[in-house]
Amino acid sequence: MREFLEGSLAVAEIVKLCKPGVISAYPITPQTHIVEDLAQMVADGQLNAQFVNVESEHSAASVVLGAVATGVRAFTATSSQGLFYMAEVLFNISGLRLPLVMTCANRAISAPINIWNDQQDSLSLRDAGWIQLYAENNQEAADFHLIGYRLAEDKSIMLPAMVCMDGFILTHGMETVDMPAQGEVDKFLPPYAPLYKLDTAEPITMGILADPDYYLETRFAMQETFKDVLKMLPTICGEFKSQFGRDYKDGLVEEYCTKDADKVIVAMGSVCGTIKEVVDELRAKGKKVGLLKVIAYRPFPYTRVYEALKDVSRVAVLDKAVSPGAYAPLAVELKAAFSGKKKSPKIISSFVAGLGGRDITLESIKEIFKKLNQKEVNLEFIDLKPELLKEEP
Amino acid sequence: MPNRFFQQSLKKNMENELLPPHQLLENDSCLTNNWCGGVFKPGHTACAGCGQATGARLVIEAAGSNTIVVNNTGCLEVFSTRYPESAWNVPWIHSLFENAAAVASGVEAALIYLGKKETTNVIAQAGDGGTADIGLQALSGMLERGHDILYCCYDNEAYMNTGVQRSGLTPFLTQTTTSPVGKRFAGNIRPKKPMPEIVNAHGIPYVATASVGFPQDLQRKVKKAISIKGPKYIQIHVPCPLGWRHESELTYQIAKLAVETGLYPLIEYENGILAAVRKIAQPKPVEEYLKPQGRFKHLLNNPEEIKKIQEIADHNIEKYNLKVESRP
Repeated sequence: MREFLEGSLAVAEIVKLCKPGVISAYPITPQTHIVEDLAQMVADGQLNAQFVNVESEHSAASVVLGAVATGVRAFTATSSQGLFYMAEVLFNISGLRLPLVMTCANRAISAPINIWNDQQDSLSLRDAGWIQLYAENNQEAADFHLIGYRLAEDKSIMLPAMVCMDGFILTHGMETVDMPAQGEVDKFLPPYAPLYKLDTAEPITMGILADPDYYLETRFAMQETFKDVLKMLPTICGEFKSQFGRDYKDGLVEEYCTKDADKVIVAMGSVCGTIKEVVDELRAKGKKVGLLKVIAYRPFPYTRVYEALKDVSRVAVLDKAVSPGAYAPLAVELKAAFSGKKKSPKIISSFVAGLGGRDITLESIKEIFKKLNQKEVNLEFIDLKPELLKEEP
Repeated sequence: MPNRFFQQSLKKNMENELLPPHQLLENDSCLTNNWCGGVFKPGHTACAGCGQATGARLVIEAAGSNTIVVNNTGCLEVFSTRYPESAWNVPWIHSLFENAAAVASGVEAALIYLGKKETTNVIAQAGDGGTADIGLQALSGMLERGHDILYCCYDNEAYMNTGVQRSGLTPFLTQTTTSPVGKRFAGNIRPKKPMPEIVNAHGIPYVATASVGFPQDLQRKVKKAISIKGPKYIQIHVPCPLGWRHESELTYQIAKLAVETGLYPLIEYENGILAAVRKIAQPKPVEEYLKPQGRFKHLLNNPEEIKKIQEIADHNIEKYNLKVESRP
C-alpha cells in the first residue's frame, strides 16, 4: 500500500513487518523517530516485542547481541556519536557471526558538535565486519531493511547488516513509500532459525578465546563470506523483485545513464537523487553524463564498478566523509577498482561535499561535472567558504 | 560448504587433559565429586588455588543446568573457554569486558519473548574490575530495568587477568602494579568501593556478599537468589594466589580469614533492608589475614598502617553488627 511517510516511520513500519522479538535503543546521542515509532507500536500492542530502554548505545548494541545469540530476531537504530559508542560491540557482533540488522541515520561527528547529515559515522566503521547498504530514498531505506534481514540471516552468510540512510534528509523527510502487506513479507522473510543459539537443551559456548592458532581463520572466514554476499545480494534482490515488483538489479550499484556517458559521478545515499536531476537536465541538453550509485559499500563491488565505468573517460567521486590525511572513503575504493586493470577512466577526480549538513545543491553537482573538464583533482572541497579560513588581520 | 562459523558452534567440553583417563580415574577426586558430569568441568587452565575457578563452579552447580551464563572478559573467560575447548556444560556467551549485564538483559528479553524465561535462569558474571569500574554503567542499567538476572561479581580485588592492576575494589593500602609501594605512597590510597551498598541503592530484591571460604553459604545464597524474581547481585570474595602472592594451598584459609577478621563481611540485603549477616564469634586480628599475602608485605613491620586496616575491620564489625552478643 502506498503511504506518505516520514523516513523514520517508513523504517519503523517495515521493521514491524519483519517481526523482531527484541528492540533496544538509547534515544539521545542522537536518535531518530524510528525507535520512538517502534516503542509506540509495542505500547499499542501492534508489535509483539520486548522493548528494552537502555542507558547507552553500548548497552543497546549489547542487548540486541544477547537477543540474537538467544535465537531471536532483533533491531536497533542509532547515528553519529551513538554509532561510535556502539563501535566496540559492533565489531563483536560480526565476530560472533550474529545476523543483526540496524539502521544508521547518517550524521556528522563531533567536534565541532553538529547534528546534521553527512556519512562520516558509518563510513568510519567500514572495517567493523558489517554489510553496509546506502539508501537513496525512503522506499529504498524501507526495502533495504527487509532485504538486509533476509541476507544477514541466510545460513551461508550470518553477518550483521547496517542500513544507512541520510539523517534528516531521509529520516525526517516525507515521501511516498509502498509498504508491503504482512503476508508478503512473511513469504519473503522466514522466521529466524539460526545455526547456533544459547539454548539449555543444547549447550554451546559462544565468544571463545581464539589464540594465534585460530584467530586468523575467523577473519579469513569473514572475508570469504563477504565474497558470498556479493553473489547472494543479487539473488535476493531478484526474489525481492518477483515478490514486490521493485527492481534493485544486483543490489550492489545502480547505473543511471552510464552506458554511453563520458562523465559520471559516483556517489552514495540521498545525494544520488539530486545528481539524477542534474543528469536529466544535462542529458536534455545533449550532454553525455551519468551517475553510478553505490548501494553496497561493504562488501565493495569492485567488479561491478569496474564493469560500469571502464569505458567512461571522466569519473568524479563524491564523498560525504573524509579520512584526514588520505583519500576520501569512497574515492579510495574507486581508485582501487581500477588498480592493475586493462581499462580505466582517464581521470578519477575526488570531491568532498555536504559535510555537517551543508546543502549539496543542483549547482554543486553541476560544478562537479564542470570540474571534470579539467585535470584530475583529489579531495577538492565543494562549496567551501574561503572567507572563513582567511588569516585574521 | 566450508564452515565459516567454526568458532561459534563449540560443543566440545574439556576433560582433564592434564592426566590420561586411566590416571584420572585413580587420582582425580573430581570423579567422586561428580565434577566431570557437572556443568563446569575440570581441565581448564586456571592457576592452582584459583579462588575464582572454585567460586564459578560453586555458583553454576548451585544454579543448575537450566541456566544461561553471560561472562565478561577476564580470567574466568580466558581459562575456561580457550578454543577448541570449553569448561562450560551450560549455554555460555562472552562478549566484551564491560557488557555482560547488558548482553544478559538481551538474553533475558529474548527468553521472555520465547516464553522460556520461567524455566531458564540467566546469570551474568564478571570480575571486580568488570563490575565496579568499566561495567558499572551496564550493571546499573540492568538493575534499574528490573531484569530477572543474577549478577555474580568474583571479587579478587584487582585486574588479575592483565597483570594485577588496581581496581575500584582493591582494598586500602594494597600493593598492585598500578598502586605500587614507593617513597611517597604505600599501596592503594583509596578504600574499597562499597559495591553492595551501591547495588542495594537501586532498590533490587536481593544483594549478598559471599566467600569461597564458605562454600555452603555461597551456594545457599545462589539458590536463594535464583528463587527470587528480578535483579539479584552476589559479590563473592575469591583469593588469587598469583595477584595476592600467597601459597596456592592457602586459598580457603585466606578467604575464611577475610571474613573472620571482619574485613569481608558476609551480609544479605533483602528489598533494601539488611536481612542477615554472618556473625563472627571471636574476631581475629587483621595481621593474621595480611601476613600470608605478599600484597600486604609492606605493612607488616608498620603498626601504624596495620592499625588503619584494623580500623576498617572494626568499623565493619560495628556497622553490620557482626559480633556475637555476649549473654548477660
